Amino acid sequence: MKIDYSIEAPAIEGRLSLSQIEELIAKPLDSKPDKKFLLALSISGSALALGALCVLLTFYYGIGLWGNNQPVGWGFDIVNFVFWVGIGHAGTLISAILFLLRQKWRTGIARFAEAMTIFAVMTAGLFPALHTGRPWLDGYLLPYPNQHNLWVNFTSPLLWDVFAVSTYFTVSLVFWYVGLIPDFASLRDRTTSKIKKVIYSIFSLGWRHSHRNWQHYEKAYMLLAGFATPLVLSVHTIVSFDFAVSIMPGWHATIFPPYFVAGAIFSGFAMVVTVLIFVRKIFDLEHIITVNHLEKMNKVILATGMMVGYAYAMEFFIAWYSGNPIEQFVFINRAFGPYYWAYWIMVSCNVIFPQLFWIRKFRRNIPLMFVISIFVNIGMWFERFVITVTSLHRDFLPSSWGYYTPTLYDIGILIGSFGLFFTLVILFTKALPVVSISEIKAVADGAQPSHHGEGGH
Amino acid sequence: MEKKLFGVAAIFTTPDDIINAASSTVKKGYTKYDVYTPYPVHGMDNAMKLKPSKLGYLTLGFGLTGTFIALFFMWWMMAMDYPMIIGGKPFFALPAFIPVTFEVTVLLATLATVIGMLTFFFYFPNNSHPVHDTSFMKKVSSDKYGVCIECADPKFELEGVKEFLTSVGGIEIEEIYYAVKTEQRIFDPKFITFLIGVAIATSGGIYFALNKLMYMEPFTWMQTQQKLSAQAETKFFTDKFSMRPKIAGTVARGFIPYEYKGLALPPVEIVNPSVPDEKNLALGKKKYLTFCSPCHGNHGDGDSRLRGQFPNPPSLHSLKVREWNDGNLYHIIVNGQNVMPSYESQINVAERWAIVNYIRVLQKAKNASPEEIEIARKEGK
Ligand code: HEC
Repeated sequence: MKIDYSIEAPAIEGRLSLSQIEELIAKPLDSKPDKKFLLALSISGSALALGALCVLLTFYYGIGLWGNNQPVGWGFDIVNFVFWVGIGHAGTLISAILFLLRQKWRTGIARFAEAMTIFAVMTAGLFPALHTGRPWLDGYLLPYPNQHNLWVNFTSPLLWDVFAVSTYFTVSLVFWYVGLIPDFASLRDRTTSKIKKVIYSIFSLGWRHSHRNWQHYEKAYMLLAGFATPLVLSVHTIVSFDFAVSIMPGWHATIFPPYFVAGAIFSGFAMVVTVLIFVRKIFDLEHIITVNHLEKMNKVILATGMMVGYAYAMEFFIAWYSGNPIEQFVFINRAFGPYYWAYWIMVSCNVIFPQLFWIRKFRRNIPLMFVISIFVNIGMWFERFVITVTSLHRDFLPSSWGYYTPTLYDIGILIGSFGLFFTLVILFTKALPVVSISEIKAVADGAQPSHHGEGGH
Repeated sequence: MEKKLFGVAAIFTTPDDIINAASSTVKKGYTKYDVYTPYPVHGMDNAMKLKPSKLGYLTLGFGLTGTFIALFFMWWMMAMDYPMIIGGKPFFALPAFIPVTFEVTVLLATLATVIGMLTFFFYFPNNSHPVHDTSFMKKVSSDKYGVCIECADPKFELEGVKEFLTSVGGIEIEEIYYAVKTEQRIFDPKFITFLIGVAIATSGGIYFALNKLMYMEPFTWMQTQQKLSAQAETKFFTDKFSMRPKIAGTVARGFIPYEYKGLALPPVEIVNPSVPDEKNLALGKKKYLTFCSPCHGNHGDGDSRLRGQFPNPPSLHSLKVREWNDGNLYHIIVNGQNVMPSYESQINVAERWAIVNYIRVLQKAKNASPEEIEIARKEGK
């Protein structure tokens, strides 16, 4: 196939009419769940149940069930936290940054990516909470007047994290909901079921597609996008501060914030591609979530993958250039020490395989991009593992060196986190429109007045 | 139910038509009208001659408020209320406060934008607007565009408006009615029951959460721990006491042994060596309230919190006790008396005398003569 990149591909393929678009997007909400859906739900549900069991056992016996101990105090819990927060970043990038950059193609995937952000941040949030050991006492994390007269430590990156992640979650949720309001109104006006109508009416807040409202609405949407953009950068920057602000060799690096943000977008896009490949097939949304969309995402994966690769190389360079023997040891130990396998899994998955996306045929090949996106997910999980564990396991004092092995409970909770995430994603596909109805209508052919030149979002 | 006309609506089929219709409506001089489109149509702001949205001011205002609140509270908490040196940073460590300041700014600005927009700009939630549930709404919600000119417009005139809408290309002209609200009675039994239900549910829920839930494992805020607590029984020591008695043959600082232990009263008068100054009496009060008041009451009246659970202790204002010398009171603290236990191991010598002095103060206060009260008044205390 020859593609002319000099003209912008239409956001929607196949010239659907507005009502056809609405029909297509609302179809999964009106039909009964089929076998495929229930099968997927039962798989993710079982994973979730396994995770829940491991968490309950952890509550009962304490976090001694996990593998982390001196000298590796941060194990799977923190690795998973960083991994899941990172997954969330793609959604905000697509919904906010691409919105500000006026990228029309984002409309097809923005809603879904935002939903994934919310679910990923929810999943991520579990880990620091569990990591505290007594999650029911996590109220202590907030500054509130108490009889101990104590305040939280505002100079600690861990506390910045509490604020960053909770703000990120709230803002993403609000942003997502604002996008859903007009869709709820459209669903309200097309449904025939009484109960659904009541539910949609409540959530639509009585939206009536009035242009006097649209005017403020568009303004608000832009303001929110404007806030979400620096916010998403701040969140992973702050997550990287959890490491970089300490004086641990292997963590104490100024490259961490940009490196973490690039990695987050990288892994997030890979996860979005993984999930969308299924969603567009299962729900017949191939016209709305087109191969062009996937190709564009693959380009982002390629670009951010290179940035991550650059960061890996730069870490080594700076370790050598610093002339600090301990710093140098940490990096040599990373690549050739006891955890060499994790390091090379990371490098090959994140830097080597995505290079295939230089070739257009591969960028548009669905089975191949599925495999690569899975590799990227694996690679990015291992990146966090490498950063967290290999830096800790051999620090300054050789007498306190150790080797971290996760226990079955660690692995169970990791599986459970995937279960939670995918259960939420699967339920979402049946409960809410996976593509923004009003936004996609606005970019359909002939949806904007003809004398109003470029138009576009 | 009485129905009233809200306005006249017309449907348009293409975005060009609706832009056209909107600008003609403005030109014709109508002001109370609205355009309905399933998605924002570009160029409509111009066609309707709308002023730019003022929403941004709200965002700015609240965003700056967030910045200020965050910085102010961090300064107050970290530098004023509980200053503590952390990592060698100054108390007001501005660079370290930036992340939280940023997050709070963003949080407040977004929430204010959205909540402000929905409530102050849209007056939402509003599911009872007249255009809801009309076939007009169903169409503009899906793939058509519409204009509705409202009765409230000073130029409104039913036939004229209909004619105008048809002339600009409108199809499916529809009159939109709304039901006149019958007055809502506050004393509606249903409403009252609802209120009572809400009241019971919230107060019950709060009562349960604060008085029961917070005392259940695991919400007890680490109260139950695997350590010995002072009054509890323990399996660790054979005598089952968590509090350990002093080791035989040792003398603790401030606890010089007392020679008349075991006698009912000391055979000789022991002289009070302490001076009842302000400091001494403050110590005596503190120790009295800690050790004696549970039984003898805060003012020595024998009206203790233990009433009924322990033999009633006598009043310390009896003539007998008032006439006793200080040594006798001291003796009873060290020795105890019948069921009253000895406080020899808890209260040191200086504190015992301070308690005695304080009891004297209590006695004086309760039993002063009118002349003495007059003198005290004159002295200004
Ligand atoms: C556990 C409760 C209890 C506590 C605590 C207690 N007392 Fe007593 N006290 C008694 C009882 C009961 C009596 C009466 C004993 C008896 O039957 O002779 C008594 C008697 C006395 C008497 C003798 C009064 C009389 O009329 O014979 C004095 C004086 C006295 N207490 C002082 C103190 C002082 C001072 C303290 C604090 C160090 C104290 N008591 C703490 C229970 C207590």
